[in-house]
Amino acid sequence: MSSWDTDEPLRLPQQITLNYRFAGGHHASKFFRALRGEQKILATKCPNGHVLLPPRPVCGLCNLPTNDNWVEVGPGASLAGYTVVYVPFIDPMTGVKRPVPYGFGLVRFDGCDTNVYHLIDETDPAKLRIGLPVEPVWKDESERTGSFADIRWFKPVEGAE
Amino acid sequence: MSRAVAGVAVGQTHHASRRTDVSMPEMIREAIDRCLDSRGLRIKDVDAFVLGNMEMFEGINYVEQWMSDALGLAGKQVWKLNNGGTVGASTAITAYNLIASGYHDRVLCVGFEKQSEGSTQSAITTVGDPIWERAVMAGAIGNFAAMTSVYVNESGATAEQAAKVAVKARRNACNNEYAHLKLPNITVQEVLDSDMLAYPVRKLDMCPSSDGAAAVLFAAEDDAKKLSPRPAWVHAAVVAHDQQYMGDSPKRLAEMRSLIEARTKAYKIAGITDPVKELDVAEVYEPASYAELAMYECLAFCPKGGGGAHIDAGVSEMDGELPVNPSGGVLSTNPVGATALIRVAEATLQTMNEATGHQVPNVRRALATGYGGNAWTDLMILGTERL
Repeated sequence: MSSWDTDEPLRLPQQITLNYRFAGGHHASKFFRALRGEQKILATKCPNGHVLLPPRPVCGLCNLPTNDNWVEVGPGASLAGYTVVYVPFIDPMTGVKRPVPYGFGLVRFDGCDTNVYHLIDETDPAKLRIGLPVEPVWKDESERTGSFADIRWFKPVEGAE
Repeated sequence: MSRAVAGVAVGQTHHASRRTDVSMPEMIREAIDRCLDSRGLRIKDVDAFVLGNMEMFEGINYVEQWMSDALGLAGKQVWKLNNGGTVGASTAITAYNLIASGYHDRVLCVGFEKQSEGSTQSAITTVGDPIWERAVMAGAIGNFAAMTSVYVNESGATAEQAAKVAVKARRNACNNEYAHLKLPNITVQEVLDSDMLAYPVRKLDMCPSSDGAAAVLFAAEDDAKKLSPRPAWVHAAVVAHDQQYMGDSPKRLAEMRSLIEARTKAYKIAGITDPVKELDVAEVYEPASYAELAMYECLAFCPKGGGGAHIDAGVSEMDGELPVNPSGGVLSTNPVGATALIRVAEATLQTMNEATGHQVPNVRRALATGYGGNAWTDLMILGTERL
């Protein structure tokens, strides 16, 4: 029985699809070309030495321009925070719910001063800890599109305690 | 020289997971009517409006236009704010600035959200930077859980201590007519046995998703005294943001930079050196149980690492030295665009001695916070003394 057949207040469904195309600009273009083509992680460095990922034109700590000063960080990294997610969440890139459970965490590339979120290839929280060494697992070249998802996930470095 | 400003009237809806009985304009009228009726006022008595919500949750741009008649703003000025969890408190701080500066005399703040009408979790993807963050997001819960691991690692807080916060909130909510999630018999064990959403955060550790609205009227100087027998004077109103990306703040919740910055400034403005003794009640924006423990530390209610011991000692319980969230807090009621305004509304009610059912005795100073965006903070201190 729909609400039309009762005295209940009506609920009126709508679906909205919106399409966007984002300009990456100088920093993202340089970063994603290196990521997709050479599997290199490039960060920007401010005059006071803060190494920033995502790369950006101005350091938020010093309010100083980074002046196109790039440094390579990683690919070695460690966990700065972690979780294992059990509730489905719609993958913003596909519109499809990501299968659960999956590991998720804050990753600190070696030589970098900031963290980035990414997926972790481990679903047992007892095997995760802050400081755990992890390394990127890359998608095949044909699958890489120029996005952080070109790294499929990070996996704990074998033998790491 | 700025003018003294006070919260003088409060109204809110009955919050619920689905308010399908009312449209959005009908829902905000409930809060506005309760607010103005409490002082025998009508909408014509208000000079200007500040409206807050998260547009993408309902899928309406120009939300202020669609709420225009319900607000009664034709011919008057409205500011629309849209800054996430903090937005409700930002409406209050905007009103404070508009009145303190002499630009307006009476400003009505309205915050609302109808989470049941849209897809909050999908809309939350639009808060991530499209180029850098969206590809690997895991929603609000995944983000919180990862932050929580940092806090747990730093403080040693336990799941039991977090569960005590979850229990306190849902029991306090039973004394608040308007709260959404009221669980009079909830136990710590029940929280620990609830479904794991994202390790270590369980279902009962997390805030609900609510429909609801809140309204608070602010006024100046002698007008405020005429409108309320015991106005809630604004002693401090501080906003602090953080850097651009979610991974920029090294310790996230565990050392929440914007909250530490805001409380340091606000305590200085209000002359507070010992917050547990000098504040009488706090309404903090705790989206998850663990977050409240971290916020005790960042608000200097206890030493760093002492959040768990603080709840164990009962300091933040209704009969403790500094009760936190007598209303039931965000863990009981979360219509996002209204949530931080509800914190300010509850602090106003407590200061005015009008928090029916959950009034803390002899409140002279109350603190309210908003949390949102990329770990931003809005913080207000209200008091009975006109400064």
